Amino acid sequence: MLGKLTWGAIPFDQPIPMVASAVVALGICGVLATITIKGWLPYLWREWITSVDHKRIGVMYTLLALVMLLRGFSDAIMMRSQQALAYQSPGYLPPEHYDQIFSAHGTLMIFFVAMPFVIGLMNFVLPLQLGARDVAFPTLNSVGFWLTATGALLVNISLVVGEFARTGWLPYPPLSEITYSPGVGVDYYLWSLEISGVGTLVSGVNLVTTILKIRAPGMSYLRMPMFCWTALASNLLIVAAFPILTATLSMLLLDRYLGFHFFTDDGGGNVMMFMNLIWAWGHPEVYILILPAFGIYSEVVSTFSGKPLFGYRSMVLATMAICILAFTVWLHHFFTMGAGADVNAIFGIMSMIIAVPTGVKIFNWLFTMYGGRVRFATPMLWSIGFMVTFVIGGMTGVLLAVPPADFLLHNSLFLVAHFHNVIIGGVLFGAFAGYTYWFPKAFGFRLHEGLGQAAFWFWITGFYVAFMPLYVLGFLGMTRRMQHYDIPAWHPWTLIAAGGAGLILIGIGFQVAQLVYSIRHRAELRDETGDPWDGRSLEWATPSPPPAFNFAFLPNVQGEDAYWGIKQRAREQLRMSELPDYQPIEMPRNSPTGFICAFFATLMGFALIWHIWWLVALGMVGAFATFVVFAWRDEDEYIIPAEEVARIDGANRALRLAELTHAEQPA
Amino acid sequence: MSATVAREFGDPNRVGGSRKLPPTWVVSGRGEGGPAPKRIVTGYGFWIFLLSDIVMFSAFFATYAVLVRATAGGPDGKQLFDLRNVAVETGCLLASSFACGMASIAVHQRNLPRFLLAMAVTALFGAAFLGLEINEFAGLVARGAGPTRSAFLSAFFTLVGCHGLHVTAGLLWLLTMMAQFVAKGFRADIIRRFACFSLFWHALDIIWVALFTVVYLLGAGT
Repeated sequence: MLGKLTWGAIPFDQPIPMVASAVVALGICGVLATITIKGWLPYLWREWITSVDHKRIGVMYTLLALVMLLRGFSDAIMMRSQQALAYQSPGYLPPEHYDQIFSAHGTLMIFFVAMPFVIGLMNFVLPLQLGARDVAFPTLNSVGFWLTATGALLVNISLVVGEFARTGWLPYPPLSEITYSPGVGVDYYLWSLEISGVGTLVSGVNLVTTILKIRAPGMSYLRMPMFCWTALASNLLIVAAFPILTATLSMLLLDRYLGFHFFTDDGGGNVMMFMNLIWAWGHPEVYILILPAFGIYSEVVSTFSGKPLFGYRSMVLATMAICILAFTVWLHHFFTMGAGADVNAIFGIMSMIIAVPTGVKIFNWLFTMYGGRVRFATPMLWSIGFMVTFVIGGMTGVLLAVPPADFLLHNSLFLVAHFHNVIIGGVLFGAFAGYTYWFPKAFGFRLHEGLGQAAFWFWITGFYVAFMPLYVLGFLGMTRRMQHYDIPAWHPWTLIAAGGAGLILIGIGFQVAQLVYSIRHRAELRDETGDPWDGRSLEWATPSPPPAFNFAFLPNVQGEDAYWGIKQRAREQLRMSELPDYQPIEMPRNSPTGFICAFFATLMGFALIWHIWWLVALGMVGAFATFVVFAWRDEDEYIIPAEEVARIDGANRALRLAELTHAEQPA
Repeated sequence: MSATVAREFGDPNRVGGSRKLPPTWVVSGRGEGGPAPKRIVTGYGFWIFLLSDIVMFSAFFATYAVLVRATAGGPDGKQLFDLRNVAVETGCLLASSFACGMASIAVHQRNLPRFLLAMAVTALFGAAFLGLEINEFAGLVARGAGPTRSAFLSAFFTLVGCHGLHVTAGLLWLLTMMAQFVAKGFRADIIRRFACFSLFWHALDIIWVALFTVVYLLGAGT
């Protein structure tokens, strides 16, 4: 009846996961109880869960990322403290638990923190920057989000019911084959990524179409803000790379469930084919993450320097060059596999070449700041911190791209230090910069500046204290994923690294405090004008938060930095553009399709993991029924009457006019 | 606004063209022309999805190419493939695509009976293709040449089976489409959806051409 699922699946004998999951369960129950008692459920259902508004979906993606960041970070703290304690001792985490922790940490941080964070910011910002009212496929957008949430849910269920993979964040065979990993851990990994992978693909298709087909009049490609370009490159990579992940994981599933021989030791299976396939997705994936972050830095640096982005066209070229080169370097993840000197040399050279466009970008940001009036607000601090940190990470990357050096450093802590250097210093800092930068746009009030700066300083010093020792440990020969060790020379460095993780914890504490403080003092921090940073692109032309339709009338774009031009004209002439002729606006209706799809996907995923076949069938029928019901709907749009549009836009114009006349007063 | 767009851009279909055009003329969805109409957006998005689907197939193709000689002492393509059966399958699929094209014309003409007839023919040929494929698979498994026999057969069953799954999903979609046209008539959103279905159905042909060549023709010949 319940397949492989028995009471034995719940780890009653292991205190750490039981306590952790009890705390999480209490938290969830508490939140649900509060929502029910306060009667917020209908509001949440109507305004958020069923929303197809790209701004709401973007916020939900970001929220998912922030919550999962806490979960992934608690794994990180456990690993660092285990390695600090496990010198000539078993530490406090038994090997089978430690292995699950580093696997879950990597999986969560890449797929359920970094990915939803950048996708959330792209979702929120892109239509606003492009001067569009919505994305190309609003309901699909919601489906994509909820499928991502399903994946995250399944990974977290594995904490309580069963186990997670012990294979590392990429389940290399033959270890991940059923012979060596007979438990459900790898299945949890595979199904959660298959499901969330579909969500990511859907989101990629949606955003590519949005950027290429739905832009305001006059918004030609070379007038798009830099963030739109990097988002385009990133989403093109999603469309081209995620199907490879889906195919590869499907093959491993077929091996595990039906006895196929893709990657097995016997029957002619080819283990190295898995490495090639997974990295043919995996390397583009790192650019999927970093390119939107590059876009955020471009927006932030240009805004806070009060200058147009230096070398806009070279930035576009560099972005698209990275987009293409991303597919030509995957083999550098396994130089040691023995492909031969020629192959290794080619991929080594390609990997060094990809550093060139990245260098172009760094110089462009520096030259944007040069001669500008730089304001050191929190988003700008994250950006400058990134520039310094990322250059170090880039250089260790070029070092690893040299095959002979890689033979010495492969799978050592040097590698771990390198990719944390670029992912934390690149993706995460960028996501935090974007989060602080666009927060007032999303909610209508700013985040507290002082707490944000404190968070930044703890994060960046914590980062250096935690990860620079890992470079040293790599040179000292310490391999990654060690549960315990007995080399005296390593111990001081692991202790320092644990201290660094503690500093980052304080940084996260400041971020939580910043959010709580800012919500409580939102009246003082309110953004009245919709343009709190003196911005340059179209999202700052809308009020904060923007109305459902974003733009009362589509802006007519006449150059780069579209909003800056409009603002300058208004400042020179001391008047706003003429009152437009408001038209009724057609907007997509809310739909529970995404949520219901995710419900059935969760059922199906769980049933497949535990071999509960009747539930799988039920889930499939449910999914098809949802599809038909959705296809059968008669009205998927509603009309906002012209008077309503005029009323909402009138308020926005009045505020802007007040600011304009206020700015005109002599100081 | 439309006038400036037309002045700056001219007719995109005319070589080197920047001839003056009537002020009402706007190239929407490209360059500076503002958002594209829904028909274009839907079709464009679906094309992007199809490309991603083709990338997924290319991963299975690459895997097949790597594993084609990994027969683990079992049978290879030359011993297993029956080109006559495959030729009939191909015929069914092409006929089905032709009928799907007829259905597109019927939608253009807003002719419901002709549309339903064409779709029924599309479905019948599609189902015949599936039947032949299932028959082939069952025969192979009965001869002890199932997907668990060798890496080559794993790759073969997955690649061809993935195409078969797509045809199955397409058939479900096809029947839903027929029901929708009967229930709702020729509504703009349903016509857009049909355009996507027809793209999907033809894309499966493209995949099949590659399959037919790479798997069956090359396999039976060596």
